[in-house]
Parts: sequence; C-alpha cells; structure tokens
Amino acid sequence: MLFKLIKRPEPSRAMVFVSPLVALGLTLLSGIVLFQIMGVNPGQALYAFFVEPLTSKYGWGELGVKATPLVLIAVALSIGFRAGVWNIGAEGQLTLGAICGGGIALWLYQVDSIFVLPLMVVCGIAGGMLWAAIPAFLRTRFNANEILTSLMLTYVATLFLSVLVHGPWRDPDGFNFPESRIFSDAATLPLILDGTRLHLGWIFALVVVASAWILMARTIIGFQIKVVGEAPAAGRYAGFSVNKVIWFALMMSGGAAGLAGLVEVSGPIGQLLPSISPGYGFTAIIVAFVGRLHPVGVLLAGLLLALSYLGGESAQISLNLPLAVTGVFQGMLLFFLLACDVLIQYRIVPATAKSIAS
Amino acid sequence: MSPDFSLNSVNSDLLVSFTIDHRRLITLQGEFLIQLDGMTKSFPGVLANDRVNLTIAPGEIHALLGENGAGKSTLVKMIYGILRPDQGQIKWKGNTVEITSPAFARNLGIAMVFQHFSLFDSLTVFENIVLGMDASTDTSKLRSEIEDISTRYGLPLDANRHVYTLSVGERQRIEIIRCLLQHPSLLVMDEPTSVLTPQEVEKLFETLNRLADEGLSILYISHKLDEIKALCHHATILRGGKVVDSVQVETETPSSLAAKMMGESLATSNLEQQGEPGEIRLQVSGLNVLAVDEFSIPLKNITFEVRSGEILGVAGVAGNGQDELLKALSGETLTADSSALQIDGKPCGGKGPNARRMLGMSTIPEERLGHGAVPGMSLVDNGLLTAFQRLEFLTGGFIVRGASELFAQEVVRRFNVKSHGIEAVASSLSGGNLQKFIVGREICQKPELLVVSQPTWGVDAGAAQTIHEALRQLASEGTAVVVISQDLDELMKISDRISAICAGELSQTYPAAGVTIEQIGLMMAGAHSVDEITEKVDAI
Amino acid sequence: MDILIPTLLTIITAATPLLYAAIGEMITEKAGVLNLGVEGMMLLGAVCGFATVHFTGSATLAILAGFLAGAGLSIIFAVLVLGFQSSQVATGLALTIFGIGLSALLGQNLVGIAYDGLPKLTIPLLYDIPVLGPLLFSHDILVYGSILLVATVAWFLNHTRPGLILRAVGNSHDAAHAIGYHVLRIRFFAILFGGGMAGLAGAYLSLAYSPLWIENMSAGRGWIALALVVFATWRPWRVLIGAYLFGGISILQLHAQALGIGVPSQVMSMLPYIATIAVLVMISRDRNKIRLNAPACIGKPFHPTS
Repeated sequence: MLFKLIKRPEPSRAMVFVSPLVALGLTLLSGIVLFQIMGVNPGQALYAFFVEPLTSKYGWGELGVKATPLVLIAVALSIGFRAGVWNIGAEGQLTLGAICGGGIALWLYQVDSIFVLPLMVVCGIAGGMLWAAIPAFLRTRFNANEILTSLMLTYVATLFLSVLVHGPWRDPDGFNFPESRIFSDAATLPLILDGTRLHLGWIFALVVVASAWILMARTIIGFQIKVVGEAPAAGRYAGFSVNKVIWFALMMSGGAAGLAGLVEVSGPIGQLLPSISPGYGFTAIIVAFVGRLHPVGVLLAGLLLALSYLGGESAQISLNLPLAVTGVFQGMLLFFLLACDVLIQYRIVPATAKSIAS
Repeated sequence: MSPDFSLNSVNSDLLVSFTIDHRRLITLQGEFLIQLDGMTKSFPGVLANDRVNLTIAPGEIHALLGENGAGKSTLVKMIYGILRPDQGQIKWKGNTVEITSPAFARNLGIAMVFQHFSLFDSLTVFENIVLGMDASTDTSKLRSEIEDISTRYGLPLDANRHVYTLSVGERQRIEIIRCLLQHPSLLVMDEPTSVLTPQEVEKLFETLNRLADEGLSILYISHKLDEIKALCHHATILRGGKVVDSVQVETETPSSLAAKMMGESLATSNLEQQGEPGEIRLQVSGLNVLAVDEFSIPLKNITFEVRSGEILGVAGVAGNGQDELLKALSGETLTADSSALQIDGKPCGGKGPNARRMLGMSTIPEERLGHGAVPGMSLVDNGLLTAFQRLEFLTGGFIVRGASELFAQEVVRRFNVKSHGIEAVASSLSGGNLQKFIVGREICQKPELLVVSQPTWGVDAGAAQTIHEALRQLASEGTAVVVISQDLDELMKISDRISAICAGELSQTYPAAGVTIEQIGLMMAGAHSVDEITEKVDAI
Repeated sequence: MDILIPTLLTIITAATPLLYAAIGEMITEKAGVLNLGVEGMMLLGAVCGFATVHFTGSATLAILAGFLAGAGLSIIFAVLVLGFQSSQVATGLALTIFGIGLSALLGQNLVGIAYDGLPKLTIPLLYDIPVLGPLLFSHDILVYGSILLVATVAWFLNHTRPGLILRAVGNSHDAAHAIGYHVLRIRFFAILFGGGMAGLAGAYLSLAYSPLWIENMSAGRGWIALALVVFATWRPWRVLIGAYLFGGISILQLHAQALGIGVPSQVMSMLPYIATIAVLVMISRDRNKIRLNAPACIGKPFHPTS
C-alpha cells in the first residue's frame, strides 16, 4: 500500500461535508471516462445528464416529482440506519402502500368527497407499516435478520401487485391490459405548481424532513435511536429497549415508504400498474448514505439522485444512451462516498517504507 | 573459560551462589540474551516509549514494572514484532535484529503470553495450539508433545475441548503451552496473574521458576509489587514511557519499588472505614438468572444485602458471573421472581434500569466504551445517557440542552476529567479519564445505592486514587455501595465487608478486617464460606 | 417415472447456482466478512458469461469470464471494506445496486439472443444404470463441479491448515493478528473467492439454467444464497442440502403452475421467497445455535495498527 490510515482522535466535522462533494467530483470524473468508453462525447453527455433536465420550469417540477418518493423513503430509512436497523425492503413497503391506498381509490371510485384522499393517505401509510411489521416481528421475536426478510418481502409484494392488476383490479374497460382504472379526481393528489406535475406529495416530503430533523436532534426518542444504533449494550444499560427501537424504526420507514407508494400512484401515475417504481426503494438507500443519514442532507441528496433519473431519461432521448447508465452512476456515487468517508475517521498519510503495516 | 568446566570443581553446597556468579559472569561479558537500546515509539499525542534500554540474561526472570499507561505494553509489542519502533535497536544473542513480525519473533525464540489472550473461542484447544505453531510443525506429533509439556510443568489441559467452555486459568494454560511448544529462549508474560486466584498464582510461579532453572529467560510485566518481589531477579521500572531505574529485586523492598514506580507526587490516601452502617438499601435473596447462551454464566441463588453507608466488595476471577451479576442488579436482565431483588424493601427484580434509577440506584459496568458510554457521542450526550430521568433533563420528550451541558461540565470539573471540552467524543478520552467521567456521572446524581464493576481496571494510579476516594466519600454520606472487582488489593483497601463470586455463586460475606487473602482466594475458587475452608483443610 | 426424472434434473439445475453462490459467500463469511453484494456479482457474472459465449462461442471461456467478472466486482468491495474501512452492509448494498446497473448496461444488446446451453457430459457405463444413470451422470461440467466444490470446501475448512486459519480469522481477528496472521490478506482472498463463486453462479444462470440474458435475471437468488448460509449454520454439506431444497421448491412451484391448480401463478412464484423467510426464522430463533456457529467477527471492521 502506498498510504496508511491514521485514526483521528476525533472524527473530522469538516470531512462530513467535504466527503460527499469529493465523491460527487470523482463520480463525474469516472462518468467522463465511462462516456468516452461508450463512444459518447462526455461534454454532451454530462450536459444531457445534469443541465438539460433543469432548463425549464417543467423540468424543475419533475425534479420535485422524482425527489418526492426518494426523500420520503430515505429520511425514514436513515433514521432506521442510525438505529442499526437495515430495512432494505422499502421497495416492497412502497408497493404495499400503493396497493392499500390505491385499493381505496378503486373502492371509492364513484365517491367524490374531500375525504377520499386523506383516507387513501392513511391506508397507504398503514399498508407500508403492515409490510414492515413482518420483518420487525420476525427480528424482535425470532432474531431473524431484517435485511433478508424485508428484501424477500419485496419480491412477494411485487408479485402480489401483479396478481391484483392481472385479476380482480383490472380495468373492465382496459382491453385486458394489466392495469387498474384511472383514479378519479377526488383520489388524485392536487398539483401545486402551474405548468408542472409537481404535486402535494412534495409538501409531504418537506414536512417529513422537518419532523425527522426535530425528532433526531431534539427529542429523547431520537437520542435513544442514536444510542441503540451505535452501542446497543449502552442502550440497554441506559434502560432503552432495543426491541422498541427496532419496531419504531421499521414502522417509521415502512409508513414513509407506504406514503411514497401512495403518492406515486395517486400523483404522477394515477392508476395501479404491475410496476410502479423504477427502484425508488433501493435508490433511497443511496440517498440516505449520500445525505449522511441527516434529514437535510437527505433532502439535498434526494434532489441529486432525482436529477440522475431525469438525466438518464434525457440522455436516452437526446443521445440514445441506455437507461441503465443511471444505475451505474448511482452505484459509483455510493462507492466513492463510502471510500471518501474514511477521511472522517482517519487521516491518510503517505506510508514510509519502514512503517508499511501487514 | 566455560562455566560448565568450573561446575565440576565446586561442591553442591555452593550451587546456589554459583548460579548467581554464573549470571554475573555472563553479564560482565555482555552475553545478554536480548538487549534493547534506545527504543522509542510515539502515537498521536503520546510518546509511549522514550529511549528505553533493557537487558535480559539467560535464565533470568526480569520484571518490567510500571503503572498502567507507563508504556509497558508498547515496549513488549515492539519486542514481539506487533509494533515497529520509531527509533532504537534490538540485539538478540549479540546480533542486531529487526523484528518485523510476530512470526519473525517466534523464529528467533521469543514467545509471548498476552494479557488479553489471543485465543479463538469457537475452536478447540488443539486447534488453538496448532494456529500458534509454524506451518512446518508436524501436527501428528503435536498431541503427545502437548501432553508431555502439560504434565512436566503442571499445566493440565484437555486438548479436545472448545475454548469457550474453559475457565480463564485454563485459557492461560493454553497460551503458556502454546509458547513452550516453540522451545523459546525468552518468554514474555503480560500481566499474567490479573486473571488468577491467589492459589493459581502460586502454581504459576512454581512453573515459571522451574522454567527459569532450565535456562529460559522470562520477561514478566506487572504492576504488582509483591509478585515481583516473590518471583523476579531483576526489574526495569518504567514511568511515563521512560526507564526510571533498573534494579536487583533482592536489594529492594515493595515500598522502595512503589516509590520508583509511582514517583514522589502521589500522596497516600487515608480511606477511613466508617462506623455503624445504617438500614438495608439493597436486599438480594435467592436470585437466579439462567444463562442466555453457552458463553455466559448462570447466576445461582445469589443472596446478600447492603446497608446504607457501607461498601460491600465482591471478589472473583474474571468470567465467573460478574457481568451477569451487574446486569441483574442494574435491571438490564430481569428476574422472574421480582421479590428476589428489593431496593428499600420494594420488589424490583422485574423492573428495568429506569425504574431502578428512580428508586435511587446507579450502576457502572466494567466495559467503558460501548456499555458505560457510547464511543462516538459527546460527553454531554453521555451524561444525558443515564441522568436524563433522575435530573429531569426533559420537557415533554424534548431534551433541554442547557441543563445537560451544565451537568457534563459539573462532572468534568468535580472529577478533573481531562478532555477537549464537553463536546469531545467519549472514545477520544484516555481510559482513566473516561472512567472518571462515568463514575462522576453516576456519583453526581447522588445515588442512594451504587453498584460498580471493576472501578479502576486499566486506570492509572492517580485516577484510581480519585475513584477510590469518591466511593469512600459516597459511602460516608450514607450511600450503600457494591464494588465488584478482580483486584483483591483494591477490595481490601476500600470494602467494609467482602465476599467472592465463583461460577455464578456468591460466597457468604465477611468483614474485610476479619478475613485473610488466602481465605478469599479459596472462596474465589469455589469455597462458599470460611467454615467450609476450615473443613477442607481439616480433611486434608 | 417419465415426469419424475426430468423434474429431478431441473431441480439439480435450479440448485446449482444457489450452491455456488452460497458456498462462496460462506467462505467469505467464515473469514468474518459479510458481503451483501452477491446479487450484483451474480448478475455481472451472468452477463459476462453470456456475452463471452455469444462473441467467442466458447463455453469454457464463458465460465471463466463469469468467474472473473464476479471476482473482479468483489475487488471493489474488498478495497472499500478492507482498505477504506467502510461499512460492510452499506458497501454490499452498493455492490448490488452497481452490479444490477452495470449488468443491464453491458447486456443491453444481448437481450433476446438464445444459446443452446452448456453441453452435457455423459459418463459412459455409469449412465446406463437405470434411473440413477440418467439422473446423476449426464450433466454439464458446472453441476459436477458444484458437488466437487462442496467436498473440497468441506475438506479445506476442517482438515487443512489454511482452512483452520480462515476460521480463526473469522472467529477473532484481533487474536489472529496478535499471533501474526495477515488478517486483511486472508480476508481479501476470501472475498475474492466469494465473488468468483457468485460470478460462476450467475454464469450458470445465463449459460445453463435459462440460456439467455435478461435484465435482473437472478431474481433474488443472490439474496436467497445469503439466507442459505444462515440456514446451513455455516457448514458446507448443509449448504448443499439447503440449495437442493430451494431448487426443489422453485421447480415444484413451476410444475404446480403448469398443472394449473387454480391459484394465480404469481402466488406460486412467491413460494421460494416465503420459504426463505420461513427457514431463516426457523434457524435464527435459536440464538445459541447462531452464536455457536456464526463467525464471531462477522461484519466487524479490522484496522491492523490498533
């Protein structure tokens, strides 16, 4: 090795902010190399990815639309990650939220009331919570790893949605396409910015960010979460219940993912389809880490990753680049971030020939 | 001239004096086994070793003496190739060597028994020994060799058992056998007796003396003066990373060694025991806790009481249920029978830590980082950890920052905690300062009942002094205190009454003034009461 | 009997990729490292294996490519986790996300192309044994290889010195370091092996199980492999049993769908995932068993200067 790591006596506060920026820079550099390899002009490609989507008011609205589910999920996930609860099945909880909330929309198809939407929101959240309650129960009662159980449940949820839209919930007038009816106006989220598709869900996301910030920074619940996540034994010693924290974290993230699912189907999508998310539940994991597991950081990271989705679409249209480039970019960003995070705990010094460790 | 030649010309009565002459002779000729010259090693913020010189002759038991934090472990790690010195050189049998790895050290003939054993819990004794041997070792012959050594040096061991089923003393035997199998010229032992009962210590010393007689050199690291006096020939004394003296043990007294080890600055304390204790604060009767898994010890029928104003000491070798006892007392483990544990007469066995704290109980676990304190959190947050309820740092679920900051400041000031302010994270403090903070955090909450485990483990002398005085002070103000410790000297110094825990069972308690170290030693080894000891002795 | 043998044969092909991935992950975990990127490494192995056979026509090269792709991706993981001290859980997740994206990108022009599948190696004479012959002695090389792999790994772990060292490093990296073993070096090779095996598992999917490439074709098998390691309590022969059990479940649900038993096909498709959860619960509820068998250092970072 050409360098060695020296542990800092105190974690560097500056590096907490610097490291994501370094990671972003390195991702862009690697992007340039990647585009070169693919035979695309890197300048054009980066323009298509990161500038073009934001050249119009509509584009900014789309940024909010894409960021809404990412931020909603990632804020809650980051609270769970701080508690040491690895819910990676947010995609499944999102799906259940969409099913439960969307089910209400289909059930009350002919009801035109201002209570339809609130009921859908409540049911969407409840659906996500229900799905997250399974890993919570299995972890607290049977010690089963929540990473694997929550992920397996994602596949089950997707298949469940598929059963519904292929069968009982299929639109009777839909020429046998596996789609539900289009939701009524009463079951659709109102738009909040003229000339865009930005909807009320964005406000939900901002409210969740603010509440999570207060929860983590100021309340004893947030304190318990941080203690249990970092040192479970110290948490038990202080009298905090690890199981309660696990339940709380999973209910929070399940509920938020359920809300995100509901927001998607009653907002930009407007009906139930076999596939309702381009992997928001997984991308939200990246958002949570890039955002330093801090609500405000998550908000910024959510916007960045939302831009990567928009950029992927725009690059597909203008440069005929495959959509998969987005996933590669997202993965690279997380790799670089994880690598740069070493700077928070360690200083990097050149290794002298004598002191090379094993 | 060969010393062997002269052996034939002296009669056996002179053998003892000859041994000493022999040693002096080779010392004069400069034929040391190992010679350290100007060893220097620094870590961020600390100069752990500053130009340390040390020499050991063949067959010599050499003590490396110093307080915790004096730099003993750093020096040993450099000898064993775990750390590389910044400066300085090592001569082995007269040749300069650069010890680059433990494997290199082993090849030279250096073997080491660690303070924290480098053993693998889920592997068998045999597998553990194989791992310590070079790849070229013939494992088929190894079993008989192990048996050979274990009978020859009085180190009984079953090679097929898994390490997690063994006692600490048995684990140490694995380490020693592992070392002896390599036929080393130098055996390094890092605080080997801190985990043994006094009787086990005696046996160990017999083994070590036999080994030294056969020509093995031993570097014996300790801060226990009576042990060094009993075992070692020569001592090198470290203080603050520097050698303060190098002496023949024979010509020293424990107090002269202590003066050199601690320097002049340390005033001896006067920990006066109080008069009559008050009413019963904590009553434990027939407390049973099942083992959660095969790595833990079940508690069996624990019975004792502590009164206001007294300190009860619980002696015991590590791993005999101390952790489990602390958790049962703190409320981290609940008991089925709630009345088995009563605070001020109220049944509490089924109540968690918070409820017990509200009844005036505080606890301090052995493990500081990760149990008593959250490593990555600030001192303010670590103060909040146990004090938020009793000191009312919350309004409607929200944390009152100002109050918790003031509290952290008070603890830091009263207990002289050295840190970069109250926003410093716990892991950045030295062991002693963090322990002062944790002890201070509990004492500043003015508990009526305090249970503390290993209060001064790995803490420097100054901090230990502060902590002992604080505990005594607390008792004199009427608090009932339980101290669980492996350090018998500490318990004898501060306790009013004393008992011992062995394999999850607690012995009867005795006034500290009325028992001998030997009696406690036997209770640490499983005798339930002094009467039982006398019966045993009579039977023999 | 006419249905039975083909069914059993498909169970073997369904179990083989799980077996490779789970054995590889088991070795990684035995060294004390949890790599959650199995799914990503499998997919990269699948697409690289398929691309190689498509462009060169050589099945041997394709298998090699699958192995190298998985191992190559695992190097990123190893560097981050061992060199940069990053969280194993987060890095493993990143590896999966990256692997899914990269494999989709590489495979964009391979979708819809078919391949005949790996050739079957029929063992003469033995094949003529009734029933057992066709069942056991006419498979592709990777099926034979997978059984050999289990036997080799079992022997390696329990009867060789390097195997003992590997277990020791996973049990206590501090003790291993103190005795003088190169913890990071050993872990690096364990991760590399795990990656290579995951790559082989992926290559098996795209070369033999369903010889074509589609995005995300592993469909959670990487995660099932992770669960299998827990199910097997880190023992190689139990991994084999687990893999065949799961191979069985996924094939039986296909057959049940084909028979049309009146349940939506998607519900039957849920079975392997639900079964995974069920076995995980079954094994994990006995904390003592997990504690005794799981490598004690799993998931914990190791920094050698401390």
